[in-house]
This record gives sequence, C-alpha cells and structure tokens, in this order.
Amino acid sequence: MPPEQEKAPAEAGGTAIHLAGLRRDYGERTALDGVGLTLAAGDSLVVLGPNGAGKTTLLRILATLLRPSGGEVRVLGCSLPSEAWKLRGRIGYLGHEPLLYRDLSGRENLRFHAKLHGISGAAAEERIAELLGGAGMERRADERVAELSAGMRQRLAICRCVLHEPELLLLDEPDSNLDAEGRELARALIGPGGGHTRVVVTHDPERFLPEADQVLRLGIGETAAVS
Amino acid sequence: MTSSRAAFAAILGKDLRAELRTLQSLPAMALFSVTTFVIFRFGLDRTSLSGSLAAGVLWATLLFAAVLGINRLFVAEREEGGFDAIRLAPIDRSALFTAKAAALLVYLLALEVIAVPVFALFFLHDLGGLVPLALVLLLADLGLAATGTLISSMAVNSRARDLLVPLVLLPLVVPLMIAATGATEPLLALGGPGYDRFGTWLMVLGLYDLIFGLVGYAVFDFLLED
Repeated sequence: MPPEQEKAPAEAGGTAIHLAGLRRDYGERTALDGVGLTLAAGDSLVVLGPNGAGKTTLLRILATLLRPSGGEVRVLGCSLPSEAWKLRGRIGYLGHEPLLYRDLSGRENLRFHAKLHGISGAAAEERIAELLGGAGMERRADERVAELSAGMRQRLAICRCVLHEPELLLLDEPDSNLDAEGRELARALIGPGGGHTRVVVTHDPERFLPEADQVLRLGIGETAAVS
Repeated sequence: MTSSRAAFAAILGKDLRAELRTLQSLPAMALFSVTTFVIFRFGLDRTSLSGSLAAGVLWATLLFAAVLGINRLFVAEREEGGFDAIRLAPIDRSALFTAKAAALLVYLLALEVIAVPVFALFFLHDLGGLVPLALVLLLADLGLAATGTLISSMAVNSRARDLLVPLVLLPLVVPLMIAATGATEPLLALGGPGYDRFGTWLMVLGLYDLIFGLVGYAVFDFLLED
C-alpha cells in the first residue's frame, strides 16, 4: 500500500470531479472551452467525441499533467492547478503511451513504479505478482518491454496504472490493442465495481456506455454536452 | 510522499540498469575520446605533451565526449513517458534532477577510467600527476553533471536537441573548463607535477559545483511543468 500522504478531504456529497467553464488553449487554438460537469465518487464518466475534440487534453488536465487555461477544476477535493501536488499518487493514468521503459522487463518496470509510489519489499512483490497474474502476464513478465507486442504492453500499462491502488482512474482508450481475453482481464482490473471513480475516453461507445453513470460528449468548436 | 532518497535510488538504479543493458551512452563516449586522442597524437605530431597543451587536449576531449552522454540523458524519459510517470508519482521532483546528475557523474567517471589511461599512454612520460588529477576530475565532473543535467532537461523537448545542448552548455561550462585546465596544467608540467595555484583552482571548481548544483535543484521542478 502507498504510504500515507496529505489528502484533501472529500467534498460534500462525495464529489470526485467538479468542472466549471474549463478551457484549455494551445497558443491560438482552443482545445477545450466551457466544459462543466460534476461526477460523484465511485461513478464512471465516459467521454466521447471525434479526433481533435480535446478528450485526451481533458484527461491530462485531470491527471495534473496539463494546466487548464481557465475555469474551475476540482479533483478529489483538490483545486487544480494550485493543489496538484496533493493529488500525486491518488490517480491512475492510462494514456496513449504505456509509460514503460522499453529496455527494462515488465516486472522491473512495475518495481520501479512501485518504488516511486512508496511500495517496496515484500508488499511490492506481492502486489506485482497479483497484478501480473490478473493481467495474464506472469510468463512474459521478465521479457524486455521492447520485445512485447502492443497488446502485452497495454496489459502491463494497466498493471502500472492500478499498482498503487488509486482512487481515480483516468483511462484513454483502455481497450486499445487488447484481444478478447485481454479485454476481459482488463475489465477485472479497471472495470466498474472496483471502488474507483473512472473517467474513460473511448471511440467504442457500445462497449463502455452500459457502464457509464454520465456521458460527456465533446465536439470540435461545440459546447460540451453532459447526459 | 515517497522519500526523496527512495525516489533517487529508484531512478538512478533504473538508469544504470538500462545503460548496462543497452550500452547506448558509455561506449560512444569512450570511443569518441580514444579516437580524439589518436587524432591529436597524429595531428600535433607529438609523442608527449605537457603543461597547458596537455591539460587543454585532455579537457577538450573529455568535455566533447561528455556532450554525447548529456544529449541522451533524458531521451528515455521523453520517448517512453518517464516524465509523465514521475509527475504522477508522490515524489519530490528534484529527486529526478539529483538521480540524473548522479547517473551522468557515474558515466563521466567510467569514461575517465578508460580515457585518462589512454591519454597517459599516448602523451605522458611522467605519471606522477595522475593521482592528484583524480581530485580535479571528480570536482569538474560534479559541475559538469549538474550543468549537463539542467541543460539536457531543457533541451530534451526540442527537435534540435543535439544542436541545442552544445550551444547552451559550452558557454556555461567555460568557467569550469578554465578552472579544470588551470588545476591540471601544473600537474602535467614538464619535469614532474607542481602545485602552483592548485588549491585556488580547486576552490573555484568547488564553488562552480555548489552554484550549479543549487541552481539545478531549485529550478528543476519548474522545468517539468507543461
């Protein structure tokens, strides 16, 4: 388990994410404008939209990896960007890149991330073994990441994402490169019902909409719609 | 928060493990330095060097070999998402600076274990200055590691990284090179090592290390922001 760190108290009503008038600009171009929603702790938000609508930008802002250009952003009771440091270690982020070093094995990568999150020794080994088993990666865990297929890397990335038992999962196309078996295993690790609050960016609404408590539709040059 | 010491050990261990496995930086640095000594040997048409010329050849070669390693210092972080992973973790981000500087220091020391004996074999008749030279090398390496880590982290997001690192780094290390060659010159003097102003140059090197170590530690957190 990660060590105790200073955590912001849960907001009234158990709100995990509150956005109001969120805007993000890249120079002259506006990627997000006027995004607003409130997501309760433990709920799942599915984010839909065409390429370039700002889905990944939204996820990176929630992960504290990008600063918002305007508007109000509160995540797990922390105001962003000013209290971003309080969120570190409480978020599991699965982006387009697996955040794994190609020249290390899967197990070495997970050990590295465990150390960064303050999990070490027997506790780390136990957690890593549990996750590798859950992802069907025990037999390939000691191979270099560079030698693994994209699907295998995605399974490892999912293990990395939940290694420190985060409260909030931010998942960008979590099923990408996964086969049917991989999708089922991934569902057990990052699916609904695990006690996490989830934000899932997807181009596959048929798969993820049944799990959604809220849906955010982003359009290019349009106001974001929540349903 | 994960302790800075644990984060430092994790990042340094990861870097050294990856370098041992892939040998992406060290062999290139060592080969560059040996090849440059060969070029100097035949270019200058000299079988022995002493004083300021010996110090200049040694430090110019080591500096340009170091640039090769500095260029690659953050490539894995940039290309494989290490920056994001570290920004998401509950660690003091300056642990990344200290770990990267320590990794670069290890590369420089390993480079010198190879390059200095080759230099001595090619150019030195009197080896008496090599023992005190180790202290000069260590102090100069500390400064080069601090400055190199800072510049490498700034340049890594640029497509012109290979150009940017030497252009920004070399002016910044001019004082370091002046002090390093100043301290090395009497050690490699004709007729045996001397210690004229040796202590003064060592203090300049120490001051440079302190300033750039503190600057890097203080500003590194801001360099990781988007």
